[in-house]
Amino acid sequence: MSEHFSEQKKIWEQQSEKVKERFPERKDPFTNLSGIPIEPLYVPENESNFDDYAEKLGFPGQYPFTRGIQPTMYRNRFWTMRQYAGFGSAKETNERFRYLLDQGQTGLSVAFDLPTQIGYDSDDHMAEGEVGKVGVAIDSLEDMEILLDQIPLDKVSTSMTINAPASVLLCMYIAVAEKQGVPKEKITGTIQNDILKEYIARGTYIYPPKPSMRLITNIFEYCRDNVPKFNTISISGYHIREAGSTAVQEAAFTIADGLAYVDAALESGLEIDEFAPRLAFFFNAHNNFFEEVAKFRAARRVWADLMKNKYKAQNEKSWRLRFHTQTGGSTLTAQQPDNNIVRVALQALSAVMGGTQSLHTNSRDEALALPTEESARIALRTQQIIAHESGVADTVDPLAGSYYVEQMTDEIEKQIREYLDKIEDMGGAVQAVEEGYMQREIHQAAYEAQKRIESKEDIIVGMNEFTTDEETHADLLKVDEKLEQEQIERLGEIRANRDQQLVDKRLQDLKETAKNPDENLMPHILASVKAYATVGEICHTMRDVFGEYTGA
Amino acid sequence: MNRKIRVLVAKPGLDGHDRGALVIAQTLRDRGMEVIYTGLRQSAAQIAQTAIQEDVDVIGLSSLSGAHKSLFPKVMEELKKREAEDIPVIGGGVIPEEDIQFLLDHGIQKIFTPGTPMTAVADFIEERVQGDSV
Repeated sequence: MSEHFSEQKKIWEQQSEKVKERFPERKDPFTNLSGIPIEPLYVPENESNFDDYAEKLGFPGQYPFTRGIQPTMYRNRFWTMRQYAGFGSAKETNERFRYLLDQGQTGLSVAFDLPTQIGYDSDDHMAEGEVGKVGVAIDSLEDMEILLDQIPLDKVSTSMTINAPASVLLCMYIAVAEKQGVPKEKITGTIQNDILKEYIARGTYIYPPKPSMRLITNIFEYCRDNVPKFNTISISGYHIREAGSTAVQEAAFTIADGLAYVDAALESGLEIDEFAPRLAFFFNAHNNFFEEVAKFRAARRVWADLMKNKYKAQNEKSWRLRFHTQTGGSTLTAQQPDNNIVRVALQALSAVMGGTQSLHTNSRDEALALPTEESARIALRTQQIIAHESGVADTVDPLAGSYYVEQMTDEIEKQIREYLDKIEDMGGAVQAVEEGYMQREIHQAAYEAQKRIESKEDIIVGMNEFTTDEETHADLLKVDEKLEQEQIERLGEIRANRDQQLVDKRLQDLKETAKNPDENLMPHILASVKAYATVGEICHTMRDVFGEYTGA
Repeated sequence: MNRKIRVLVAKPGLDGHDRGALVIAQTLRDRGMEVIYTGLRQSAAQIAQTAIQEDVDVIGLSSLSGAHKSLFPKVMEELKKREAEDIPVIGGGVIPEEDIQFLLDHGIQKIFTPGTPMTAVADFIEERVQGDSV
């Protein structure tokens, strides 16, 4: 028997026992309806395959993590079911959050409106018409207090889709937690904080790349010392895919971005093992089931290799690519929207088969508007059905060893590496972004995809084939148009009632700090937030020093 | 008259989703039109100004953030201010059926909803512009 194989197996057994001590298996025993027992893990039976297996797949929870980052994956605990939500005012969103937690959701995920994401207050002329539309409007700490009212921040982990102003929103979160009596060392969650993909695909950038990268490394450093359980970045392929990339491009560009953050952090003087364990990823689950499964597995293997062998990380946690998944929004059709429930179910299944750590399932009506409460519930139920009824979570990485899946995983890995080499030759992801390279690649892929749909080479059920003349129009969620005015009025009250001298002083300190690239901005942002300086005021202060990005 | 049809594809407001706008732009170019794309975060005034400067035949607005009811009519206002309301304006994006009449009432000529073939947009523009010149 291969020594490598039996050694790995032993480690896996030990690690599995350790997990079980903390989290007992969900069932005892696991069997299917025929009464056949289900093992936690299936491995090759033929000894001639052991070496190959040990090298390319390994055991779950071990390098190169092809089969997953935990030894027992979902045998003990399901993935975190985390539905992205937010609209209108902080109060409305707080109600939706509490509803979702009541319905069995296990983590929060905050959607902010565009003005918040781009660092404008609700009363800024740039914000007109956008307040509360695609997410919740947050201007000051008071909004954040309302948003998180009665939500125990020592128990609930919160993911925040916030990038350019991630530092500001994280500081607000810290400040609210402290008011609840929860120290910042204890809070858990994730800030997206991935600016490169904003330039590439999503568009909510503020500052040019260099100061943006500084803010990100400032956050890494601050959190290492003060907020050790928070994921400081969620390196996102999701939006790259939504903008039209292929699966390979999604994984490749995301990993390339990840390497750029690693390089920036190392350059600022951090050690790899001080921040790499807190890096998280965020991928898309698209339509082609096996391609998606293979993508997730390949991405894990590539990242593990790079962290271990290229960056010489010693801590195994630095090697593990942990990721959140969301089903593909751009695959949803406005026509026959109930069909989207089925698309979402298949995509979600691919994420689970690919070993995701958390999952958002889209709602059927998202090609038309933000989801209604009913649609959001069906979306959550979809992943609950996968978890509790389908049995797919009863054994680790059930598709391993499939000729198709393994060869597809290898091929996707190879193509990811080709892109990584090309980007490295260009001088890295920051350089490639500034030259518009990834943007062009994605756009080309998007255009090709559209042409295939129009020529019916690709069939989209209900849209370019199997259409009906009678489209029923579902009830859609509407954001109250009065909200913008109300939010502006409340903001005016906050400004009138706070200690303006203190705010001015804090912002002045922040400005001076911004001018010195060797200083960490986080303590000054936190002090500003606590004085009820607004997102817009803080971001404008930094805009004055850093300037604004205007496109590649 | 053999002048190429000139189209301004514009992204009003803060929305960053430009996949649709870029694919439309490319499709129209393939059909022989000249397309000017504004890039992200354009104000209504900037869009009207660019349309006049570039002497376009059609303006296409794209919005996926739900702000269309406020932003599209504003572009119409800015065009009017500059006496350029004769430039036809069309729109697309995530726009619910029930908002379409409101936008048409404000002078938008046509709203294309998700799933519309790109060729339908190109056909509409050709008909509209060539119909005008006959």
